[in-house]
Amino acid sequence: MEEGGFGMGVTSKLGDMGVVTTTLEQAINWGRTRAMWPMLFGLACCAIEMMATQASHYDASRFGMELMRASPRQSDLMIVAGRVSRKMAPVLRRLYDQMPSPKWVIAMGDCASCGGVFNNYAILQGVDEIVPVDVYVAGCPPRPEQLINGFMMLHEKVMKSKVADWSK
Amino acid sequence: MALANLLKERFPQAVTEISEFRGDVTAVVDRKAIVDVCAYCHDTPGFEFNLLSDICGIDYLPNAPRFGIAYVMYSLPCNQTLRLKVFVPEEDPTVPTVTGVWPSANWPEREVWDMFGITFDGHPDMRRILLPFDWTGHPLRKDYPLGYEEVQFSFNHERIQAKKPSPKE
Amino acid sequence: MTVSRYDLTHSTVIESDHQTVEVALEQLRGHVSDAAFTGDTMLLNMGPQHPSTHGVLRLLLELDGENIVSCIPDVGFLHTGIEKNMEAKTWEKALVMTDRVDYLNPLANNLAYCLAIEKLCELDVPERAQVIRVIIAELQRLNSHLVWLGTHILDLGATSVFLYCLREREYILDLFEMVSGQRMMGSYIRPGGVWRDLTDEFLPALKKFLSYISKKVDDYELLLNENPLFKDRTQNIGVIPADYAIAWGLTGPSLRGSGVNFDIRKAMPYSGYDRFDFNVPIGKHGDIYDRYMCRIAEMRESNLIIQQAIKALPGGLFRSNNRKYVPPPRAELGTSMEAVIHHFKLWTEGFKPPVGEVYARIESPRGELAFYLVSDGSPKPYRVHMRTPSFVNMQILMTIAKGYLIADLVGIIGSVDIVLGDCDR
Repeated sequence: MEEGGFGMGVTSKLGDMGVVTTTLEQAINWGRTRAMWPMLFGLACCAIEMMATQASHYDASRFGMELMRASPRQSDLMIVAGRVSRKMAPVLRRLYDQMPSPKWVIAMGDCASCGGVFNNYAILQGVDEIVPVDVYVAGCPPRPEQLINGFMMLHEKVMKSKVADWSK
Repeated sequence: MALANLLKERFPQAVTEISEFRGDVTAVVDRKAIVDVCAYCHDTPGFEFNLLSDICGIDYLPNAPRFGIAYVMYSLPCNQTLRLKVFVPEEDPTVPTVTGVWPSANWPEREVWDMFGITFDGHPDMRRILLPFDWTGHPLRKDYPLGYEEVQFSFNHERIQAKKPSPKE
Repeated sequence: MTVSRYDLTHSTVIESDHQTVEVALEQLRGHVSDAAFTGDTMLLNMGPQHPSTHGVLRLLLELDGENIVSCIPDVGFLHTGIEKNMEAKTWEKALVMTDRVDYLNPLANNLAYCLAIEKLCELDVPERAQVIRVIIAELQRLNSHLVWLGTHILDLGATSVFLYCLREREYILDLFEMVSGQRMMGSYIRPGGVWRDLTDEFLPALKKFLSYISKKVDDYELLLNENPLFKDRTQNIGVIPADYAIAWGLTGPSLRGSGVNFDIRKAMPYSGYDRFDFNVPIGKHGDIYDRYMCRIAEMRESNLIIQQAIKALPGGLFRSNNRKYVPPPRAELGTSMEAVIHHFKLWTEGFKPPVGEVYARIESPRGELAFYLVSDGSPKPYRVHMRTPSFVNMQILMTIAKGYLIADLVGIIGSVDIVLGDCDR
């Protein structure tokens, strides 16, 4: 947190008194990653593994994802867990639009990333046909550890992002 | 087998063929008479087929008649099962509905309409059920394509990527 | 108000046809009562994305205050076209797709498909494989009922039961991983038997788990059975009379909760179930509480069945020897020419079953799960139809929800135990 400070001496001295210095960007990104609220978007089998990640064995609340908000207006992460059919696609896009920015999308599982096992008339071949995706998590269904790896990758991405990107 | 023979005695014109395969008895019934046969199977003591297990549509293209519908029924009091088959020609894909006999035929018949295009006369709610309301075509017909996307390898990557839809924002 | 289409990629609205409210509402005539057209009742869309974790189900509710006047389910948001996709693959490769139909008990879907293929091909299944299949099927039943219990009680308001049930489920998923390598979607049950033999660590872990789970089910009963809040929300709510249930095609614990004694494991036993001694719990009133009690009792019965199966587990082959349908083990490929030829034919072209149509059913945790296979002698299925219990069970929501409150509706949907992958395929 102290990188970019004016001099190591000042920050270490202040650190002893309980004060840290940082850039505004880093502070904002830190706040965004540590309390990202996912939106409940479990569609199919991956939703069950998402529920398992939320449960006590592989706890997702240690990442700040204690609650899965049902309302898109209160969430900032959409984990598309499961296969998206052509009937569901407009609904998904509408929910994505209703989320306030900054918002991120994790495509969980093979069906959300690329259509998965199902290469046919009824399934979107990857949810990136309709929403921009930040992290793809592979697996059918991905283990909870894989999803947690996806979370951590998203955290890395957000920590590197600039505040100016969102306020265009 | 005995049940199917009794059925044929009762409906000599309607029941045209009886066969047995791997322990399942199938009786082919003329499509105009299916409701009477089903009502008989439901009400008569000794038959009492009160649970409709399944309605399955089959497309036999290029054979004629093109479509077949299989009704699988189960009797709870007598613990027996029977299958009725109806053949539906392509020029006139209609069958009378059996929702009067078993209300549980409601959604399976809607699914057969959705997937094959066979209408059921007298059905209370003939709409699409699994596909979006404005979908054209009936997917499980044999002349409907699978609709798959070509697999992207390195040699055709750019060509397919250019055609893939992607969001602008 | 215009009803317009939504462009998916540009997130803009395309004006397609300017439908007025009256025209859109006219499409509902016959499904909702006439009061909706005058504005006396309200139409509410309980949309495909809602907190009740049952999947993407859309319910169009006509409400008079909080009372439900009519309820129209709209399914198809998870339609995957599995039946058509299976026609493009060989018989054995299509097995992988059956896992994903009812994703709370994937191995039982495999079992139903394999029973249908074995019936079609007259393939023998060795005894050891049959007993292993029973163990796996009952573990799946426990798995599915645990998830059902967790999500159902979560809908009714108690979040801690959800966490307890998923904790127990982790042990079952560890057992599946020992046996098939995957937590869910194992594709472990193959035509002719099972994929590979049980590992050495499986049986001790299973025995340890069984003694653990019986105490936990006691805990759940202690927490919920006499709980006045739970009883208020579930007794005399969502009552389904027995003959009504049969007429509407209900099967499984939802039917047994109404007092009808129908369990396929007893009526038409498959895979050696007639050798095991177990009871089938039957309810009396057909309300949510009885269905809950049926499923809890079924969890205990599954425990008993698995204990009997462990004692009855014989030695021997774990998959059939019929090389026309079952690939040979890899060790044989080095020594036998026929094995190489069979291996080659089976993995490139696939096996060719005889011509015919079969129907094979099993008792899944939701009801009667059956496969109707039509074969024309080619290596690819001609037609695969899945008779899934959730699709038929869900019809009852059209009529049974009338007169109750929305809060009761959540309990009713949970008690019928639908899984949308099972419904939409």
